[in-house]
Amino acid sequence: MAFAFALITAGVFLYGYSSLIPLVASGSPWVFHAEWVPRLGIDLAFRVDGLTLMFGLLISGIGVLVVTYSYGYFKHHNSHARLQWLLLAFMLAMLGLVSADNVILLFVFWELTTITSFLLVGFDYENKKARGAALQALLVTGGGGLALLVGLIMLADVSGTYLLSEMIEQSAVLTQHEQYPIILALILLGAFTKSAQFPFHFWLPNAMAAPSPVSAYLHSATMVKAGIYLMMRLQPSLGGTDLWFYTLSIAGGITAVWSSMMALRQSDMKLMLAWTTVMALGTLTLFLSSDLRIAAVAAVTFLLVHAFYKCALFLAVGNIDKGTGTRDFHQLGSLVKHMPVTAIVASLAALSMAGLPPFLGFIGKELKYEAALSLAGQPWLIVGAAVAANAMMVAIAVTFVFRVFLGGKSTIDRTPVEVSVLMWGGPALLAIAGLVTGVFPSFISSYVIEPAVVGILASPTEVSLYLWHGVNAPLVLSIITVVLGVIMCLKLDRVSTGINKLVEKLPTTGDVAYEWCITHTKLVASRVTDQLQTGSLSHYLTIIFSVFLVAASTTMVFQSVQLDLSNVTRISPLLAIIVALMIGASLVVAVSGSRLLSICGLGIVGSGIAVIFLIFGAIDVAITQLMVETLFVVLIATVLVKLPRFPGEQHPGTAGSFRDAAIAIGAGIVMMILTLGVSLAPLDMGVTQFFEQNSLAKAYGRNIVNVILVDFRALDTLGEVAVVATAAMAVIALLKVRAHPQGPTS
Amino acid sequence: MNSLILSTISRLLVGLMLLFSLYLLWRGHNEPGGGFIGGLVAAAGIIVYGLAEGPALMRSLIRVDPRTLVLIGLLLAMVSGILPLLQNNAFLTGMWVFIGATETDKGLALGTPLLFDIGVYLVVVGGVSGMVIAMEEEL
Repeated sequence: MAFAFALITAGVFLYGYSSLIPLVASGSPWVFHAEWVPRLGIDLAFRVDGLTLMFGLLISGIGVLVVTYSYGYFKHHNSHARLQWLLLAFMLAMLGLVSADNVILLFVFWELTTITSFLLVGFDYENKKARGAALQALLVTGGGGLALLVGLIMLADVSGTYLLSEMIEQSAVLTQHEQYPIILALILLGAFTKSAQFPFHFWLPNAMAAPSPVSAYLHSATMVKAGIYLMMRLQPSLGGTDLWFYTLSIAGGITAVWSSMMALRQSDMKLMLAWTTVMALGTLTLFLSSDLRIAAVAAVTFLLVHAFYKCALFLAVGNIDKGTGTRDFHQLGSLVKHMPVTAIVASLAALSMAGLPPFLGFIGKELKYEAALSLAGQPWLIVGAAVAANAMMVAIAVTFVFRVFLGGKSTIDRTPVEVSVLMWGGPALLAIAGLVTGVFPSFISSYVIEPAVVGILASPTEVSLYLWHGVNAPLVLSIITVVLGVIMCLKLDRVSTGINKLVEKLPTTGDVAYEWCITHTKLVASRVTDQLQTGSLSHYLTIIFSVFLVAASTTMVFQSVQLDLSNVTRISPLLAIIVALMIGASLVVAVSGSRLLSICGLGIVGSGIAVIFLIFGAIDVAITQLMVETLFVVLIATVLVKLPRFPGEQHPGTAGSFRDAAIAIGAGIVMMILTLGVSLAPLDMGVTQFFEQNSLAKAYGRNIVNVILVDFRALDTLGEVAVVATAAMAVIALLKVRAHPQGPTS
Repeated sequence: MNSLILSTISRLLVGLMLLFSLYLLWRGHNEPGGGFIGGLVAAAGIIVYGLAEGPALMRSLIRVDPRTLVLIGLLLAMVSGILPLLQNNAFLTGMWVFIGATETDKGLALGTPLLFDIGVYLVVVGGVSGMVIAMEEEL
């Protein structure tokens, strides 16, 4: 059921987004607007332009394939339905994220993808590693999300609009504003954590604890691109400055080169792919640093290329894992004999990843080199980084194709079994798409890539892609890349040993820093908790009343509160007797060694208050007070009499007694001053008059207190009643749990 | 508690107190009383009975699980809030019917605030007596 629902929903969205292609390609976006919280400027504003459309097609299209794949992958798993619901929830959140025009709405969906991603990474929740990875992904991306929220609010504040589409016109205001560096830093913090940019890249490979379809969907094709999407979306508003250029190009460049080195040293194919995803994200960030047209074209094309081949490869590795029981490429070889379809499909995807003609990957790579060559500033550094990263991609792709899929020797002791069509169909479609769009690029270039580029640049432009560019600098670079890649593939063992040695020399890694932060946060938290939460009630009361005493008295001193006592009326003899009784009872409570006596003393104090209420004419309050007091004494007596004596319960020692007495007397005096101050201030009778006039006329009741409770302010009462109900349920549940340590029996 | 005197008195008291609690609940809109006070009085009566006779008889006196009372109470309060929504009024607006009303006398006035007050009454009775029963049983 879950499968059918998820598949149909994904299909409907795919159809919906596809049907928008002609409209969007003609240059006009599809817009939906409904009020949500108009006073705060938060509306359900959706806007589908070329950029959104490309993401929407990818998310819903790959969604269809991944949902189908998961059906085959998890058919016999008892949590299959849970996976499908989560995938569906994630897909909807992601579609909302890329379609939202209101920044707050965007943030809501942003966080929804974080939460669903947490649940998906931790899908195998009985596995400690998966739980750890899920928490890490949540903390890193969630932390970035908080920064993003602040950044977005500041952005809206400075630009004067909550709509992303209107911010573009405020570009000059935004980039000249004195808060621009702060806004940019906060927003990029959100984008970099989500899209795994250095130094926040470490969570993504760890998130590979998720099942294969989840990794393929979230951690290669869609979610990690959310940060890229945000940068693409905000580039016309916030980009074009030196700060934007250097931050993005440095972070992106380091991420791309570093992660392709990390990919080379892995032996788990899934981890290799994870690191190459980080490399792709770094490359995208690098190209988004520039506002040149060619950089935008390169970024969009590469994003599309990457989504095709990476998703296909992830799913194929899932198949290999299923069919052979391992993902270690050293143990695998000549898979084409036993798993022909998977091996061929994966080979096609890998060749696209290597950027060889006639795949779309080739066009993507040529564009990358063209963009790198024309980037301002340090083109050779950027070209060098791009060539190095791509050469390592070639090395990985060639290794996969010739040592695992088509050639090489297998050392596993079982015969691999080909998977069902449900599981190779999706990757096959994606791999073939990479080939077909490479040979015939005109359709996607004019209907998908061009509108997306227009969306990024926010100005009309034309894009046409060709497989053959003629002999030019990018082609030369491509040839160098392939040669370097093949050499690295041949010397793979030596290369990975070299990288391992380099890693050992590093002072720290992101993972280690993360662990340090987590352990120290926990340490500080547990120390603070140990100090405050001692489990001793008298300790809590000491803290509460000391804080009250200090806070209230300092406020009074600083505000220099003065009381005019000339209007205070003399206390009547009756009241004096009652108050004397209450004071006597309080003293009994304080000094008595018997619990029962203390409880009775408290009862007298409470009843005294009830009598005072009665004298001043508040009959309802007096009855309530009396009843509550009675029940309180009964309840406390029932419990306390049955509890064992606690060590030191009645004898805090001489010093302790003096301290307690000082705090008690001090808090009492402060409370008295406060009460006097309040009762001496002139009282606004407006509310009272309203109730007196309307109680009978509108609510048909003469008892104003009751009318307020059940009619005028019934919502408050409803809340209070709910609290009473919850508290009672909790008390009953706690008592029952305590009595049966094995848990409920029936 | 094995006290013959308490046991005898409690059986008389519980009936009286329950009756009195209903009286307080009913007259609450015009005279001192109401659902909260009524609920407390009823709970006090049940507790006096329970102290004398033990939690098992206390349960059989209430007949249903005290938690059920709490939930029914909450439900009634919610219903009295939702009913006016059906007439396009705000949540918890009072709705009234006057039975046997004449020009000078409004007759028997019944309204959603009464339903609400009955809900409050049930939550308090169920919550307080449920806690005491649980304590008596488990401690």
